[in-house]
Amino acid sequence: MEMMKQDKFNFMLDRRRLLTLGTAGLVCAAFPMSTSAEAADADKAIRDLFGDGELNEGRVTVDLPPIAENGNSVAIKVTVDSPMTQKNHVRRIAIISPRNPLAEVAEFQLGPRAGKAEVATRIRMAGTQTIRAVAEMSDGSLWLGKASTVVTLAACIIG
Amino acid sequence: MSIRISAPDTASRDEIIELKALIQHPMETGYRRNNRGEIIERDIITTFECTYDGDTVFQARFHPGIAANPFLTFYTRATRSGTLEFRWTDQNGQSWSETHSLSVE
Repeated sequence: MEMMKQDKFNFMLDRRRLLTLGTAGLVCAAFPMSTSAEAADADKAIRDLFGDGELNEGRVTVDLPPIAENGNSVAIKVTVDSPMTQKNHVRRIAIISPRNPLAEVAEFQLGPRAGKAEVATRIRMAGTQTIRAVAEMSDGSLWLGKASTVVTLAACIIG
Repeated sequence: MSIRISAPDTASRDEIIELKALIQHPMETGYRRNNRGEIIERDIITTFECTYDGDTVFQARFHPGIAANPFLTFYTRATRSGTLEFRWTDQNGQSWSETHSLSVE
């Protein structure tokens, strides 16, 4: 008897979950992809923020979960390899998405007083994508890091 | 507006300390529609600043891609005993802040 109750409970939960998923899917479908940014928008966002300097790969590490069930809140950590001294430090870090409605997600201003070039936050992801992070050093050089996350419940641009 | 700060109360000189700051806010993107199909107006926090005895040590600019209840983890070097101030400002210029006293030995 106890077992049956348990099963019924599970079933209801599943049913509710399915309904939620279904609704989310419908709402997502109502928004055409044309509203989201593309790789070209991400490139432009980087240029708008940092100018035309050479973009070097490396020194920037982006930590994202390989899979995110809910695109509405995904933990991200950006770490830059820098001694963070008066002479040699990170000035700015930007998080850029090639698939969200707006390519710019966040910008951070650091300095030698940060002591450590690491920032973590939570972002929205409108679907599976490769997030980019760009760091501008005190010598003006630009460095790029990337990481990808598969978003299972496509956050679309909802919520 | 509910704010949560995690920061050490004491630190040794030159120690790099971890600061965590969270504010309760919907961060409404401006891309969602209500059930009548009307766009829900954007309502987001756009800037965050942390000052240490009045000097800015960290700043952030948020766009709608930041999740609701914006949460930040960042670092600063403990230089002397003083006050850390955490301040968030929204798109309309309204701001909220919280302070934390740090004692440096």
